[in-house]
Amino acid sequence: MAHFPKPAEGSWTEHFPQLGTAPVSYSDSNSADHYELERDAIFRRTWLNVGRVEQLPRTGSYFTRELDAARTSVVVVRTADGGVKAFHNICRHRGNKLVWNDFPREETAGTCRQFTCKYHGWRYGLEGDLNFVQQESEFFNFDRADYGLAEVQCEVWEGFVFVNLDPDNTESASDYLGDLGAGIVGYPFERMTQVHKFRAEVGSNWKLFIDAFAEFYHAPVLHAKQAVAEESRKLSGYGFEGLSYDVSGDHGMVSSWGGMSPPKDLNMVKPIERILRSGLFGPWDRPDIGLDELPPGLNPARSPSWGIDTFVFFPNFMLLVWAPNWYITYHYWPTSYRSHIFEGTLYFVPPTTARERLAQELAAVTFKEYALQDGNTLEATQSMLETGAVTEFPLCDQEILLRHLHQTARGRVSAHQERLGATPVRISAAS
Amino acid sequence: MSAVLPAEFADLERFADWSLRTEAERYAKRLASSMDELQEFYDAAFPRLEAAMEHCDQYPLDALPDDAKRLLWLCYSLVNASFPVEVWRQARVPDSGAASMDAVIEPAI
Ligand code: FES
Ligand SMILES: [Fe+2]
Repeated sequence: MAHFPKPAEGSWTEHFPQLGTAPVSYSDSNSADHYELERDAIFRRTWLNVGRVEQLPRTGSYFTRELDAARTSVVVVRTADGGVKAFHNICRHRGNKLVWNDFPREETAGTCRQFTCKYHGWRYGLEGDLNFVQQESEFFNFDRADYGLAEVQCEVWEGFVFVNLDPDNTESASDYLGDLGAGIVGYPFERMTQVHKFRAEVGSNWKLFIDAFAEFYHAPVLHAKQAVAEESRKLSGYGFEGLSYDVSGDHGMVSSWGGMSPPKDLNMVKPIERILRSGLFGPWDRPDIGLDELPPGLNPARSPSWGIDTFVFFPNFMLLVWAPNWYITYHYWPTSYRSHIFEGTLYFVPPTTARERLAQELAAVTFKEYALQDGNTLEATQSMLETGAVTEFPLCDQEILLRHLHQTARGRVSAHQERLGATPVRISAAS
Repeated sequence: MSAVLPAEFADLERFADWSLRTEAERYAKRLASSMDELQEFYDAAFPRLEAAMEHCDQYPLDALPDDAKRLLWLCYSLVNASFPVEVWRQARVPDSGAASMDAVIEPAI
């Protein structure tokens, strides 16, 4: 029985007819060949979120990101005029990786006045200009102005730093994020600077972990034990229904209820949650974030039982805004067709008391316990998808964002192949 | 040997080895503990959690004396240990195999 209304078409999926309702092929997730196509079609051609402006607090602050899927490493830096720029992390002299510490494949961060290459000491300013060349007069017909760092398109949207590795790209990051991005502009992300970040190496295709976080159909089953027994029975009786779904361009979102923060009945929750007044949905006592009304894109159904909105920004950036005034980001950085690095980062308003800090600690630890559960099926799924024994899978209405994600990813690959003039690889996608 | 925790929490001194500064250390100790050890720690520390918060909150969070800071770290360990005790009945998240998730950035305090 439905607890929340669906669109007139009878389902969320049919409300977006381009999605279809047929079973979906997962042949986009189990082959090295397909992943090689995705690297160029997707990761070198879309806006990728690589961090937050708080990671670049002052002039000369920088961080590097290893974008293996996009076949590069970038260095992102705060320039003297307060802007943010990004460069391919390569020295123009003979190709040494410019910014790294100890281990060339590990990411690093810091503050500097200029970037100095470890090999022959060429120096670059924060704007990427080549400032110093060792024994410059030994070079032929040489003009330093010709050898600045190779710049990458970089834009800041609501404090999130994006790069786009396609030199021909003409779409701004905010246009790329579209209606769903526009709907959350103005949310005070900048107030939530207390960071807990988790990282995991996951043995599955990058899309499979997005799948796991883009539907809550699994929640009453996979996470059953995390609730007290009676509550758990009730939840699996209800199942899960989103308050509303939306897909727009390459992106999607689901708005969900969340009666747990604070719960109506304290007996619904575990003892540690009762005493710390916190849990999966975050601390029950909400910090002031100076907002009279939520931006229109948050809790779009304006439901009184709203708990969390989950945005899937293509390709690999998810944003979760929780009713109790905090947010999470997820990133999935592929390292092969069957492996990726997952990053889950929690952002809270900085606590001022030990009590507030402990409430946040419980939310952070709870996140990790859930995420370990969410991740524990992935390697098993990957290995079975690779058998090819079954290739198409029925997705229900509550799995609409998965349908949209795989359709978008396949569409990007096909468009890329058409650009290359190749015959599109047949993907038996009944999309 | 001098006390790790504030004098009022002498009863928890025997669990001082749970006063660990990082999530990685707390999680590792949890995985290395038996259910009996986790239960014993939980049973002793949980009833003292409210008092521990009151003790720490005599001070601003960014100016905690060292012994209060160590008490707070012990409380973080209690949060971590509450999952095996209240939920899983085992130290590890069930079915998580060798999967791990590392805290790579966490607050200074
Ligand atoms: S490769 Fe960088 S200075 Fe030579
Ligand atoms: Fe989950």
